[in-house]
Amino acid sequence: MSDPMKIRAKMNGDVAEIRVLMGHPMETGQRKDAAGKPIPPHFIQSMTVEVGGKMIVDGQIGTSVSRNPVFGFKMKGAKSGDKVVISWVDNKGDKRSDSVAIA
Amino acid sequence: MEMNVTRRTVLRGAGSLGALSALIAAGALKPAAVFAAEWNKGAFEARDSAGVLKSIGAESATENNKLVLKVPDIAENGAVVPVEVVSGIPNTTSIAILVEKNPLPLSAYFDFSNGALPEVAVRLKLGQTSLIKAVAKADGKFFIAQKEVKVTVGGCGG
Repeated sequence: MSDPMKIRAKMNGDVAEIRVLMGHPMETGQRKDAAGKPIPPHFIQSMTVEVGGKMIVDGQIGTSVSRNPVFGFKMKGAKSGDKVVISWVDNKGDKRSDSVAIA
Repeated sequence: MEMNVTRRTVLRGAGSLGALSALIAAGALKPAAVFAAEWNKGAFEARDSAGVLKSIGAESATENNKLVLKVPDIAENGAVVPVEVVSGIPNTTSIAILVEKNPLPLSAYFDFSNGALPEVAVRLKLGQTSLIKAVAKADGKFFIAQKEVKVTVGGCGG
């Protein structure tokens, strides 16, 4: 079970700024362990951001994204109190969804 | 890419929840993935940027100075390199980011809708000094911007 995401969402004028940190190893499949055995790839493949029930970002992710990925997005048309839901699915089928209200 | 387009068209065309449920029941769609694009395996497993650009339909992308790519000139730690892409090209709907010298160059592909601004900040791993390429799709056309990041300690080995 992965740790909850840390999501920050706040209004800056008429633009909502959304920032998220996902706890994930983002293992590339290129590394070897101490015994020289290849470490299998384990990485987030898909992520979505929904605001007020509508999807605003539909992302596909590869192994070059850093461990514990951080993403920043912006949108217009949102307001303080709107619910932000961020979800991800990794290559092993593990998934997680967390939400906050825009400050 | 073709498959994604077809799949989305099906979703949009489905119209009623009933039709969508039927698709889910038939196993054509997994519920968790209904709103997400299918992971573009061909593009993410392409081993050079030419292959990636071809897989996302962007092989004829042209340079455009309204597509702004912000990267550090030098990264002391290749494991965490902040990259920001902001598209000032009207009607930008997608942004892709590539690390040319990584074994699998395509790092991320974002589709924006419902008021999302066409910009994104991410942190990427760079195995070595490399060009970073940002690709934007606007009105069906592709645009590209690129910049080099010098890496002093690689981010993919350790």
